[in-house]
Amino acid sequence: MLRNLTLKQYLDKVKAREISPDDVLAEINEAIDQENPKLNIYLARNKNPKSKLQNPNSLLGAPLAIKDNFLTKGLVTTASSKVLENFKPPYESTVTKKLKEAGAAIIGKTNMDAWAHGSSTETSDFGPTKNPRNLEYLPGGSSGGSAAAVAADLCIAAIGSETAGSIRQPASWCGIVGLKPTYGRVSRAGVVAMGSSLDSPGPMGKTVDDTAILLNIIAGSDKYDGTTSKLPVPDFTKEIKKGVKGLRIGLLYSEHEKIKGTVVANALQQAGKVFENLGATVETAKAMKPDLAIAVYTVVQRSEVSSNLARYDGVRYGNDRSFFGEEARRRIMLGTFTLSKGYSDKYYVKAQQVRSMYIQNYNELFEKYDLLISPTSPGFAQKIGALGDNPMFGELADMLVEPSSISGLPGINVPMYHDQKTNLYLGLNIVAPMWQEERMIQAAYAYEQATEWNAWIK
Amino acid sequence: MSVMNAQLVAHIANLANIPVTKAEEEKLASGFVTTLKVVDQLMDVDTSGVEPTHQVTGLENVLREDEVDEERMFTQEEALSNASNKHDGYFVVPQLIGE
Amino acid sequence: MERMDKISTFTPVVGIEIHVELATKSKMFCGCKNDPFFAPEPNIYTCPVCLGMPGALPVANKKAIEWTIKIGLALGCKINLFSKFDRKHYFYPDLPKGYQISQYDQPLCYEGSVDTEFGPVRITRVHLEEDTGKLLHQNNESLIDFNRSGVPLVEIVSEPDIHSPEAAKAYTKKIAEIIKALEVSSADMEKGSMRLEANISVTFDKSLPPYKVEVKNLNSFRYIERAIAFETVRQSEIRRKGELPRQETRGWNESKGETFAQRSKESAEDYRYFPDPDLPPLHFTKEFVEGIMSALPRLPQETVAHLQELGLKESDAKIIAKNPKLVAVMEELGGSAARVANLVVNGKITGDTKEILLEQMAALESTVQMDDSKLSQVIATVLSENPKAVSDYKAGKQQVLGFIIGMVFKKAGRVDRERVQESIQKELHGQ
Repeated sequence: MLRNLTLKQYLDKVKAREISPDDVLAEINEAIDQENPKLNIYLARNKNPKSKLQNPNSLLGAPLAIKDNFLTKGLVTTASSKVLENFKPPYESTVTKKLKEAGAAIIGKTNMDAWAHGSSTETSDFGPTKNPRNLEYLPGGSSGGSAAAVAADLCIAAIGSETAGSIRQPASWCGIVGLKPTYGRVSRAGVVAMGSSLDSPGPMGKTVDDTAILLNIIAGSDKYDGTTSKLPVPDFTKEIKKGVKGLRIGLLYSEHEKIKGTVVANALQQAGKVFENLGATVETAKAMKPDLAIAVYTVVQRSEVSSNLARYDGVRYGNDRSFFGEEARRRIMLGTFTLSKGYSDKYYVKAQQVRSMYIQNYNELFEKYDLLISPTSPGFAQKIGALGDNPMFGELADMLVEPSSISGLPGINVPMYHDQKTNLYLGLNIVAPMWQEERMIQAAYAYEQATEWNAWIK
Repeated sequence: MSVMNAQLVAHIANLANIPVTKAEEEKLASGFVTTLKVVDQLMDVDTSGVEPTHQVTGLENVLREDEVDEERMFTQEEALSNASNKHDGYFVVPQLIGE
Repeated sequence: MERMDKISTFTPVVGIEIHVELATKSKMFCGCKNDPFFAPEPNIYTCPVCLGMPGALPVANKKAIEWTIKIGLALGCKINLFSKFDRKHYFYPDLPKGYQISQYDQPLCYEGSVDTEFGPVRITRVHLEEDTGKLLHQNNESLIDFNRSGVPLVEIVSEPDIHSPEAAKAYTKKIAEIIKALEVSSADMEKGSMRLEANISVTFDKSLPPYKVEVKNLNSFRYIERAIAFETVRQSEIRRKGELPRQETRGWNESKGETFAQRSKESAEDYRYFPDPDLPPLHFTKEFVEGIMSALPRLPQETVAHLQELGLKESDAKIIAKNPKLVAVMEELGGSAARVANLVVNGKITGDTKEILLEQMAALESTVQMDDSKLSQVIATVLSENPKAVSDYKAGKQQVLGFIIGMVFKKAGRVDRERVQESIQKELHGQ
């Protein structure tokens, strides 16, 4: 079996001529043919991707799955919405361009919550994706398709995007690694905009190393995105084995009513102990209640969404606005309301002020700590149909990661517990100060190596 | 507590250019009420003297030189490639009233 | 309620909004070619950004910002050292993103003033935004061309300091002149690089009326004059009845010579402005603004004043000021500037370099040196040879003096004319 290789293993073996990229691709394609009807992961596929091996071909034709909100020239891109049902982008997103130039083989576009509005992939206009770990359950969202593709070994690695939890939460629910970079670390050019001040494209993979390899390629300033940082991009893999000796780690939310006394809180404590054994000091820390971040995120994101989705009128491309799904309509309308005359000070400006308070809170925390850990999700993956009619489902599920998202901070999810009965996972969220992805990658790597939760590391 | 009712929903739908039937207005209104309950928590927070954050990066003056980027420009064909309604190099919409 | 019907005069109260397309090479937020008027085909200067494609992000044109500040400074404005772009939302097919990137509460320039022959007109603000695409109406369809979408557009807003059609024309002409002198736009209404809108109301006392009517698409000086005249009458009639004219948007019909009510394209006035998250804010230093200030070319009114300092009389200065080449020559001429200017204005000499002009002037007025006694002799000879001229002059025909001077020149060469004239007159009166 070739398709269960990690990206690092794939690269080592291809370099050593032990395996051929074509064989891996063939195996994966066949598996997708078999599994996709059931799992509904891939929306569009490219069975014969021609990867340009221009530069020292760092990815050697590795088959990658890309979330369907990244514009891929010539390959239908829908953001899982009927509005863009047959949209063939005339241009390429910066992220996929970089990946192609680095020798990746983009084999397909993955299902997501339509317009990235959600945390379950249930709001996709093309049906939900199933969690490969347990088909009765959801993969999380909005990057649910990408997370499932990795979990099901239907790709070697994947790309997703996070506005507030959309990489880390599905990674948590599917038991994989999901890396949300600092806002501004990776270009948003060519990614269907959702929350402009929040959207962060990022890698999703089987191991921490895999995500670091991908981050090396996609990170960096872009002349087509004025919000990307001009800070130099370090090699995120170079000192990945550095470990956590001497680091001060703050442990958050262990007393939160949603998780107190549950298996989640317990798993978090265990994770804390692992870090202590690895040489870090771990201390329970107090942070601003995450619940308020939900309100901030709800207002800011919906306001920006209502604006970003104003361009979809069916004139230059796509279908008209009657094709928007339920969740999209709700978000556009609420966002219109929170920006409207007489209400914008009360809602939009107020939310941005509370956002500042969260940023300040993190600044204070990072004076005492080098990293912060918490559970990614307050629980395991939820069953299909769990969304029900609660318009706030997504935000509640993402509560624990929203504070770091609205602050622009980088975070990584690694599996921290596995339930034998359900085959479902819990995830650990490690958050670093802005631009310190290296540090969190090193901590995540050390944790991953010291524990047994990763399905690919035996 | 914020006011939210079918009438306001109709007004918002108009502003947002989203087609909404009368039947849908009530349902949407109650959905918004749920959301606004969560959002209204913000009102209890003392934010006096706090500057709103519009940009987390702290970047300023990100500007480009005044140069033509031939590489990124579309041909007419590319520009129109996804339009459902086009004619003679133009995008087409049904006649707008009052022009 | 005032007896409106008794009030005989209503005066117009007008504020003017001018939109100017900047002549940068590329568009405001993308690298597309900025040349909509001369584009041979529709939709050939577009890209993901100005077509409003999914995922496309704006990046601001540095030159457009500098030029806007230039305009603001030339109009006497203060410059906001902290500025930003905001999104202005409304739906219309020529607006691809469903919002226009513009400026709301922190425009680049504010509080300026411009002098006109009708008095000063205060400038409320000068800000920078992007232009929309262009709509063509044909059969039952509207055709859209996005070549113009995203072109940098400067909006100049005046206070309602204009009180007559003539004053409006003078103001808009002045602005166009200044813009052209700055070389930032062709400011050509026929090409669409300058567009006018007027907010018009009428008052019977000096107070600001509690309403205003917006009149759009006034794309010539003539239209704006006529529209204001028409609106003054139309609105006065309404007010005389004791009513207020409806606050609305109207268009101008040149062939009928009337304004007409228009369905405003920005029907809901709720633009839901918020700072554009894709565009980091702008922060200028004082030094940066001073740099732009010091590099400003001299503006028309300053040029006239400067020429007057060189000795030109005002009417000559105003004409010479329109020709930058001549202005430069005036500098070089120093003391002779006034005389040369006058000769040029009167059509007696032409040329655009110092050498050519001086040569021509010399040819026109080469003066021969001659002492007084010699000159008297020549004059006496001429007078004796031309008795009829003498008697004509004495009979009151002053104009014959020129003939006599000419005869003196023939004999003596071109002696200083004033001196010759004086001597002849002295001689004739003495006789």
